[in-house]
Amino acid sequence: MTEHTEHKHEPNYLEYRGKYTGLMGWLTSTDHKRIGLMYFYAMMTFFLSGVVMGLLMKLELIAPGEQLMGAQAYNGLFTVHGLTMIFLFVIPGVAAVFGNLFMPIMIGAKDVSFPRLNLFSWYLYMIGAVIVLSSQFMGDGPPDTGWTFYAPYSLKTQTNVVAAVTGAFILGFSSILTGLNFIVTMHRLRAPGMGWMRMPLFCWTLYGTGWIQLLATPVVGITFLMVIAERMLGIGFFDPAIGGDPILYQHLFWIYSHPAVYIMILPAMGAITEIVITFSRKTVFGYSAMVISSMAIAFVGYFVWGHHMYTSGMSTTARWVFSFITFLVAIPSAIKVFNWTATLYKGSINMQTPFFWAMGFIFVFMIGGFSGLVLGSLATDIHVHDTAFVVAHFHYIVFGGTGFAFFAALHYWYPKIYGKIYNGKIANLGLVIFFIGFNTLYFPMFILGIMGMPRRYYDYLEQFHSLNIVSTIGSWVMATGLIIVIVNLLRARKGSGKEIDNPWDGRTLEWQISSPPILENFEEIPVVDHEPYDYK
Amino acid sequence: METTATHHADMHRDDDASKIGMWLFIFTEILLFGGLFIVYSVYRFRNPVAFHIAHQELSITMGLINTIILLISSATVAISISAIQKKDRKMSMMMLGMTLLFALIFLVNKYFEWGAKFEHGMYPGSDLMTMLSHGDMLFFSLYFFMTGLHAVHIIVGMVLLSVSLFKVRNGAIHSTRFVLLENSGLYWHLVDLIWIFLFPLFYLIH
Amino acid sequence: MSKDNHHHIVEYKNHILVLFLLIALTVITVAITSVELGPYNTAAAMVIASIKAAIVLMYFMHLRFDQKIYRFMATIVILIFFAVIIVTFFDYLYR
Repeated sequence: MTEHTEHKHEPNYLEYRGKYTGLMGWLTSTDHKRIGLMYFYAMMTFFLSGVVMGLLMKLELIAPGEQLMGAQAYNGLFTVHGLTMIFLFVIPGVAAVFGNLFMPIMIGAKDVSFPRLNLFSWYLYMIGAVIVLSSQFMGDGPPDTGWTFYAPYSLKTQTNVVAAVTGAFILGFSSILTGLNFIVTMHRLRAPGMGWMRMPLFCWTLYGTGWIQLLATPVVGITFLMVIAERMLGIGFFDPAIGGDPILYQHLFWIYSHPAVYIMILPAMGAITEIVITFSRKTVFGYSAMVISSMAIAFVGYFVWGHHMYTSGMSTTARWVFSFITFLVAIPSAIKVFNWTATLYKGSINMQTPFFWAMGFIFVFMIGGFSGLVLGSLATDIHVHDTAFVVAHFHYIVFGGTGFAFFAALHYWYPKIYGKIYNGKIANLGLVIFFIGFNTLYFPMFILGIMGMPRRYYDYLEQFHSLNIVSTIGSWVMATGLIIVIVNLLRARKGSGKEIDNPWDGRTLEWQISSPPILENFEEIPVVDHEPYDYK
Repeated sequence: METTATHHADMHRDDDASKIGMWLFIFTEILLFGGLFIVYSVYRFRNPVAFHIAHQELSITMGLINTIILLISSATVAISISAIQKKDRKMSMMMLGMTLLFALIFLVNKYFEWGAKFEHGMYPGSDLMTMLSHGDMLFFSLYFFMTGLHAVHIIVGMVLLSVSLFKVRNGAIHSTRFVLLENSGLYWHLVDLIWIFLFPLFYLIH
Repeated sequence: MSKDNHHHIVEYKNHILVLFLLIALTVITVAITSVELGPYNTAAAMVIASIKAAIVLMYFMHLRFDQKIYRFMATIVILIFFAVIIVTFFDYLYR
């Protein structure tokens, strides 16, 4: 940690000047860290607009009957909320931001294997995002199909489905290229001495994620192309009126979109693993079990898509097969939770903000996981299918999982990204309010679902009123917490925080270089001669 | 620059990385068409008779000729890679030129094949097509969509091969640096690979 | 990673041999599907197509001569794809 201080004159990645300066210097930069930050800023913008849409929906649901908007506006709102949050935030989320920022550093590389392709992926992401969001304003009104675009309704509705689907297709392409880039980078650019089994676990989760992106995304890509072709050319694939099978659409859609859940959650688990290890100041319990469970989640997660379709009219055999495989995924997921716990055991735990976020992640993720078992078993799923229970479940997984991990990772790597430290007390306060708001918002929906409240309606019966009020108030509390968290981070960025290279005593390579990192990360490519988490 | 450039990521040249990248992209393409093969197999399973009758509209001879053309073009591109490794630039360029020629013939054939269908009023969105029975409709939708997408890949492959040809000509691709040609070749073989399955699935239903 | 096997050069005549093999298999496919074998027609056509694909992968696409990692990855991908088809048909076969 001392040898590089004399090289401080090297400009860091935030400051260096290339051919262009200012905004162009960023938009033309192929530096993986700058690209990661560009993803981050774009994603936060989309995330916050998605949050606003969510708040509006909750406000509409504060009482039965029409409050703010009618049925059609509400349908458009939940569709675009879903599209924004799923395709623009959680799917690229942790991988595109923190993967880009830190994966090359963690394996001791100067950049990814294809830096220009990496920048191209970012542009594809932005183009796709603009198209998806513009579908809300252009043409015949916002799509009202839900983010799943189920046939045959998506083929029949007069709203702007083609634009939204095209945008999603382009976003998928961006995701594929990022995954490809990461896989090649990990194959080719690991520093000397860093064998596969010495890679930090965050990188392993990105490796598994990369494979899912490569192998699952094209399936939904082609499905979206077929939907476009069916709408524009009038050829038949999924419309039962001309012989198609709408359930086949659901199969193809979920062949991607279930693995997409693992695209979201695997890197999130990886980031949480890094945090748990660093803040326990103890080497990870069961490194190879963690590696294998990451790959097993990626692999098994590829074959469980049918559990979204229990009530669709799929054959009984398929239903129990999918139910069985779904239960198998619980095994590697549980291995992860056990290993986190075992890593904490007898560690000298450092109680700081990233650690609290990680604990929050484990808590909400377990609630999400257990409620997932209710949905994964056939008999109980029939009861709660398409109710608020499902909404609560996947918000616990997707927002509680990926969202919490995203903020955990942000608080963990923030000093490395900006070379500044935020106010820990305010960060903790924001987290506590956010956490309370989160559970107040979503937990009542479990109960509402079991009571029988269907999802995706702007209106509901009087008997659901009181819990909906609780839920709406929760949404305000959560938004308050979110504002505190974000303002705190923004203030730290503007303020003159202390410059710290390794505030948490991390052992992975990104903590061994200066904060913020210099242009090509390392003065000299490091030679690795020990395990990744080398705590004495 | 070259001497100090070893530390600059942009200057770094890693042929193996490019090749792994190309293979990963090919896997993506396989799964892209894979989705269509799933759709095809499900609908054929559900409409066996209609698929059998509908396929008789397609000419086996035409399909056979195109199959053989693509196989030959695959061989020529493979020879072109061997040639560049043997420093036989002329041979390499000739073989690439032949590959492009065969690709063009394939497209011309396809044009006439589709053209004949269009003349009979059979094209996506036509009145005739909307009047078809369910199974026939699915067959022809898949036929147009899959062969159309395949033709798009042929065109992309031709662009890649043309760039390679140009670079072989001006010496940018040579016996120790031919990864672009190799990758274009891999892509071209992928196009062939897909056709190997499309041919029996559409032209040879029994 | 050794660089030596990277430059394996395949002789022209081997490519030509492979080409004739592929054309022969194509002709055999056409011949087989023109005789009556019941359900085995499709199976035979698919088996031959798979053999052809394997030949293209191994020889034209150099999987036989390249590092093992490519062969390994290609095999996994193809197996996953087949598994997806099989799992999908758990629905359609038993509906």
